[in-house]
Amino acid sequence: MIMENNYISMKNINKSFGKVVANRNVNLSVSQGEIHALLGENGSGKSTLMNMLSGVYTPDSGSIFIKGEEVQFAAPKDAIKAGIGMIYQHFKLIDVLTAKENIILGQKNSFFLNEKALSEKIREMTVRFGLDIDPDKKVYNMSVGEKQTLEILKVLYRGAEILILDEPTAVLTPQETEKLFKIMRKMKEEGCAVIFITHKMNEVMEVADRITVLRKGETVKTVEKSATNPKHLAELMMGCPVDLSIKRIETEKSKVAIEVRNLSAVNVEGVEVLKGMNFEIYSGEILGVAGIAGSGQKELCEAIVGLHPVKQGEIIFNGENLVGKSPAEIITKGISLSFIPEDRLGMGLVASMDIVNNVVLKLYQKQKGIFINRKPAEQKSMEIIERLSIQTPGIKHPVRMLSGGNIQKVLLGRELDSKPQVLITAYPVRGLDVNSCYTIYDLLNEEKQKGVAVLYIGEDLDVLLELCDRIMVICAGEITGIVDARDTTKETIGLMMTGAVNLNREGEKSEYDNANYN
Amino acid sequence: MIMPITIRAIKKSEPGRMKAALIRIGAMILALAASSLFILLLRLNPIDVYLKMVQGAFGTAYRVKETIVKTIPLVITSLGIGIAFKMQFWNIGGEGQIAMGAFAASYFALYMNDMPKPVLLLVMILASMLAGGLWALIPAFFKAQWGTNETIVTLMMNYIALKWVMFLQYGPWRDPNSLGFPKIANFPENAVLPKLLGVHIGWVFALILVVAVYIFINHTKKGYEIAVIGESINTARYAGINIKKTILIAIMLRGGLCGLVGMIQASAVNYTLSVEITGGVGYTAIITAWLAALSAPLILIVSFLFAALLEGGSYIQTVFGIPQSAAEILQGLILFFVLGSEFFVRYKFVFAIKHPTTAGKGAS
Repeated sequence: MIMENNYISMKNINKSFGKVVANRNVNLSVSQGEIHALLGENGSGKSTLMNMLSGVYTPDSGSIFIKGEEVQFAAPKDAIKAGIGMIYQHFKLIDVLTAKENIILGQKNSFFLNEKALSEKIREMTVRFGLDIDPDKKVYNMSVGEKQTLEILKVLYRGAEILILDEPTAVLTPQETEKLFKIMRKMKEEGCAVIFITHKMNEVMEVADRITVLRKGETVKTVEKSATNPKHLAELMMGCPVDLSIKRIETEKSKVAIEVRNLSAVNVEGVEVLKGMNFEIYSGEILGVAGIAGSGQKELCEAIVGLHPVKQGEIIFNGENLVGKSPAEIITKGISLSFIPEDRLGMGLVASMDIVNNVVLKLYQKQKGIFINRKPAEQKSMEIIERLSIQTPGIKHPVRMLSGGNIQKVLLGRELDSKPQVLITAYPVRGLDVNSCYTIYDLLNEEKQKGVAVLYIGEDLDVLLELCDRIMVICAGEITGIVDARDTTKETIGLMMTGAVNLNREGEKSEYDNANYN
Repeated sequence: MIMPITIRAIKKSEPGRMKAALIRIGAMILALAASSLFILLLRLNPIDVYLKMVQGAFGTAYRVKETIVKTIPLVITSLGIGIAFKMQFWNIGGEGQIAMGAFAASYFALYMNDMPKPVLLLVMILASMLAGGLWALIPAFFKAQWGTNETIVTLMMNYIALKWVMFLQYGPWRDPNSLGFPKIANFPENAVLPKLLGVHIGWVFALILVVAVYIFINHTKKGYEIAVIGESINTARYAGINIKKTILIAIMLRGGLCGLVGMIQASAVNYTLSVEITGGVGYTAIITAWLAALSAPLILIVSFLFAALLEGGSYIQTVFGIPQSAAEILQGLILFFVLGSEFFVRYKFVFAIKHPTTAGKGAS
């Protein structure tokens, strides 16, 4: 059968893993020169479907047509041959090699490399697709955005005409996302088909031409972008009407919970990463932190809990200076840090251990004696699963086997459970689906109501503006302003993020900032 | 029409316990089958040979004792290796740590032996553990300080330790009464470990240590911290674990256990110090520790079976008059299948028949 316009067509695809049905009679068709978004909650079967298209899994039944021809992929290399390239969330690159070396890796070349011709071909492709990459840069020197661009270049080099991107923006900053969208549009112009897996509605609206919504392993509908809106998409995704606004709970401003005075820090290379920071967080408020990625967010979090050395300054908590105390001491005083790194598992959780053993991590140091008692942690794990509705086969299930959203809930649940007075949370909704995001916003509001001082480091300015009481903007390790979230705009914050506006340097004080400037 | 069949390995999501056990048993059967072919080539009856192997390991009370004597160093060394591997400290310096432990114990046995027997033995035990521990601490320190590769450093340190013992044996510690033979004097009676139920008391140590290490890894804070460090240094930092201290403690323990093996072998098995003291246990124990998945109770079982394989192997050499290399080939075959089966526990094979494409050229 020849279908004129359908570049890719997947018909009645079924796939089960044991008793779990991941895909049930899924249909998908993508045309040439189209950006097609695959939208769905976590666990709705998006990745499974794409893994079948890229030859990682074989469907139990159903058929796949590429350019009208039925195909059967036994392995990813068959899919690559058919022109399908998949970009995974976790990059498959070799750190110590250069971009060029990563591109040719595993390719059947002649015995000797024609370096010149290769570089020429790479340059030609980067120009054609608008990819910004230095072929001789080592991967370990690359930012996440660059690595992703390299992955794209790699599959294009291998002749991909159909590109699948699995939640590509989950790990990117807003700026990097913008760049990626540009690349995607360029590829569309070049006649490629782009399939874009995501659960972020605003991105879909921005870049996609058509959208196929999946729910619980089934196709709900394929819609034209022009015929839909975010609210409609969210309803299709969840199968019920949803409210997309974030509540900001008003609380009485009370006492200062933690006070940071003139805090400076340098990194291992001796570069100043925090420059004389002054701010405080009140009990019962959420202080948002906005800034371009790498402006000192991570160092600030780590400095407060004693993981990053402090050059000078004070962190005053309950009348006591925390600078110089060990992380273990600071944690037991009631300060909690939940930092979701780009790879989700790198910090805070032990991937191969079960939930109980991960919950124990924050409990055992308070226990007396040399032995460890896991009983309280078992109880707590059960409570956390209940309270955050974590989907897991049991408390003895390795966290690595859970989905991203559930992993983050385990981490946040454990941190909240330690009943902190100060809760520092960085990127808690990174890569989460809509529902989970709202669960987490609700949880943060709940903590705020209990009088916890929350420091919320986020990426999405819209969320920061809706959720937080005040927003502290940082730029290159320096506070460029602390503003009230109720009467500020995204544009103002954007200007402060780049350092174009600096309220502190102009000697202006934000209304809550009653610090003594020298 | 020919339909090409493709075979590929797929990683299993989570292997079931029953299935894993069946695969391992299957591997044993295949190993015996493959070995049978080899035995037939030697014009021997495989069933006979296997029966003799079992007899060689368990046939008489004496042979059972010999098998147990071989098991003891394997168990204790594997336990030590297990602790380090749990922390992903790839230390293969068991040989050197055993040798240095034996050296320290021998010093007291040979030159400070005018103590009552229990005191002397206790001093020897402590000295051997301290020596093994310190020997292991050197690469750990280098790693903590400069990030050196512990595998290479521990491997090189094995040679230093063994050459040091050889130097003593041929030089300053050579027994003047050995008629020019390069040998260190035998230990006096009060430096020899006593026997219990016919086997030297090392077996009691081994059993106690299995329980102790099991409790240490699974039920103490330090054991938990070691596992966390092994999985993710960043998480350990984040939880406020004192990483350097924990690494040093774990490595001291590991080296200490190996050192103790040196003392046991010198005092209860060889009655002296020699370069043969380690008998390759430092390397063999890496295999047993891995086969036992670093679990203390399994280490006990695996080490015993491994020792039986070694004993049975050496027995058939004398019974059938086959060369040592033939017995080693049998051991090798069995190991090959058992280790190889781990692949099948983790992966499954998918056979797919490629359908010939029926559609014509697609439109572009």
